Amino acid sequence: MTVNILLFKITLLVYFVATIFYLIGVISRKERFRQNAVYLLIGGFVLHCITLAVRWVATGAIPVASLHESLSFFAWTLVGIYLIFYLRYRTVMLGAFITPLALVLMIIGTTTSAQAPALNPMLDSWWFPVHVTLALLGHAIFAIAAAAGVMYLLQERMLKSKKFSGLFYRLPSLDTLDSMNYKCLTFGFPLMTMGIISGAIWANSAWGGYWRWDPKETWALISWFLYAALLHGRLTVGWRGRRAAIFAIIGFGFLLFTFFGVNLFLSGEHSFRNFTGQ
Amino acid sequence: MHIVIVGLSHKTAPVEIRERLAFAPTAMQRPLQKLLELPPVAEGLIVSTCNRVELCAATKEPDVAISAMRRFLAEYHEITPSEIDDHLYDYQGEDAIRHLFRVASSLDSMVLGEPQILGQIKTAYGYAAEYKTAGLILNRFLHKAFSVAKRVRTETAIASNAVSVSFAAVELARKIFDRIDNKAVMIIGAGEMCELAARHFITNGVSKVLVTNRTFARAEKLAAEFQGKAVPFENFVDHLVEADIVLTSTGAPNFILGQRHMEDVLKRRKNRPMFLIDIAVPRDIDPKVNSLDNAYLYDVDDLQGVVQANLKERKKEASKAEAIVEQEIGQFHQWLANLEVKPTIIALRRKFEEIRQQELDKTFGNLKDLSGKDRKSIEAMANAIINKILHQPTTVLKQSQNDASGNDHVDAVRTLFDLPAPADDDKEIKPLGDPGQE
Repeated sequence: MTVNILLFKITLLVYFVATIFYLIGVISRKERFRQNAVYLLIGGFVLHCITLAVRWVATGAIPVASLHESLSFFAWTLVGIYLIFYLRYRTVMLGAFITPLALVLMIIGTTTSAQAPALNPMLDSWWFPVHVTLALLGHAIFAIAAAAGVMYLLQERMLKSKKFSGLFYRLPSLDTLDSMNYKCLTFGFPLMTMGIISGAIWANSAWGGYWRWDPKETWALISWFLYAALLHGRLTVGWRGRRAAIFAIIGFGFLLFTFFGVNLFLSGEHSFRNFTGQ
Repeated sequence: MHIVIVGLSHKTAPVEIRERLAFAPTAMQRPLQKLLELPPVAEGLIVSTCNRVELCAATKEPDVAISAMRRFLAEYHEITPSEIDDHLYDYQGEDAIRHLFRVASSLDSMVLGEPQILGQIKTAYGYAAEYKTAGLILNRFLHKAFSVAKRVRTETAIASNAVSVSFAAVELARKIFDRIDNKAVMIIGAGEMCELAARHFITNGVSKVLVTNRTFARAEKLAAEFQGKAVPFENFVDHLVEADIVLTSTGAPNFILGQRHMEDVLKRRKNRPMFLIDIAVPRDIDPKVNSLDNAYLYDVDDLQGVVQANLKERKKEASKAEAIVEQEIGQFHQWLANLEVKPTIIALRRKFEEIRQQELDKTFGNLKDLSGKDRKSIEAMANAIINKILHQPTTVLKQSQNDASGNDHVDAVRTLFDLPAPADDDKEIKPLGDPGQE
């Protein structure tokens, strides 16, 4: 396990440096920092892939069972999906939002036990990793939507008030940000839906019931309805721009609460404590 | 050889003076040749634009050249020198190099970062090359200036944000729409500013143009010019649904587009964003429209504000550009100094060689019965003496290429040892300058 922990820490360090570079790149007008931030992040991502692969080989299961593992996995999907978006839209600014978020997830990860969980036999089902992977992929995509939403609101405020800060010159156009919102929704929503369905199937095999109104399930359902409303609004009524951006930000807030809040404040079947018996 | 510049610009002279001192761009041969005829001027170049006149020369006597060039400028344009003296500036040495680098990089322009000046200097250099008034030094100097300007342009954002109202409008549209080549623009009314802005949108590739005017014939005329479609003024609001960008400048005393109209239009557009540019005074569009979601309304003052903000952004970039200029000055200065130092060292050595040879001949003439071996040792001794004497001066001269003391040392060495003036560069350049003279 020590190799794995070492790799995890190096990855975290690289993300930390990348975050610093992004922040300097955004605050100052130094193009070089922004470009190097992207390279650093790519390097960090490769390291992260190795970290996860080593752990997978060592434990023999997709590393999503403990809080530590799922935090690391969440950060990994976040960075990976950002890099895919970077290839498509070439927007460095997005990274200035996503990289710190991934870093925070990793830091929280260090405070949790990195011990390989003695897996509860209930979880020893093929549906479990499928459920978690789909759900976290959905979360990561919605995180991008939320970051695009924040950028949209900043940019829109400047265009409306006609007061421009240096940031204005580096933000992508409103149309680009809005189309990111839509793209995220069309990919994130099916993933989230499949995540919930696969979770229900797994719950049925583990506990003998598809849906138990456990707090995490309830909050996930609330978030799902929120995104469903946004998708519906976009497709039929012509919602877009500001409203879509605000929805994406609130929606991600709900997702974060579902992920953390439920574990921290409420108890239920989804609490990792129940999984690992700690 | 030194570089000197005498000139005036929008910063030192009002337009009444500038227009009297301008050189007609179509007749540069005569002034260029007159400039070269000034005794201290070895190479010459004249840059003349509506914002500046610069005489640039390579010379051995910078102070003499400067006063001659000041007189030339007045005499050529038949003005009494006292009238323009206060408006003229002059630079020599490092300052002259800095000045031209800054001008070429558009750091001295009225609109910071504007791109025309570089082209104008290139044209001026073209004439100097054509009439052979630029030689070794100015060739090198100007090419260096062009490469500095290019570096500034690519390494800083000095020219990146629009500083004219109509360009600012196009840039704002890009901030909203990302691409404007698939967007439609509607022109309401036909003010001059409006037409200019429309032209900018069209050259940037908008796919569709709608024109409306109270006089339908004028709308049709403008539409034909822009290959667009004329729309009757009575129901232009119905066509707004098709327009992503709206330019208005009618003479109407009241708003022709209110909040209610626009709410309706936006709803029918399914909230696709609209960029409205109101150039009219009094305004055509109710300012409340800006508070509607997905509508962005800019009037003339707003656009001016954007231009000011962009200029501020350029000013921040200018300090980076100044640093680049400073770096490059050193390099060119070194090249220029090198041009003097090398021939001086060679001349110095040659002089000592001559003395050695003369004295050896004299000595050997008196001492006829020396053996071959003895003669060899005496020759070697003489050689060693001049090498030892020359070692320190050569080192100092070589080092002095890198700093401002270079010219002083070269002058001192040439005076102390009575070295002939390096005639070779005169020969290289003067005949090129005026073939008729030889």
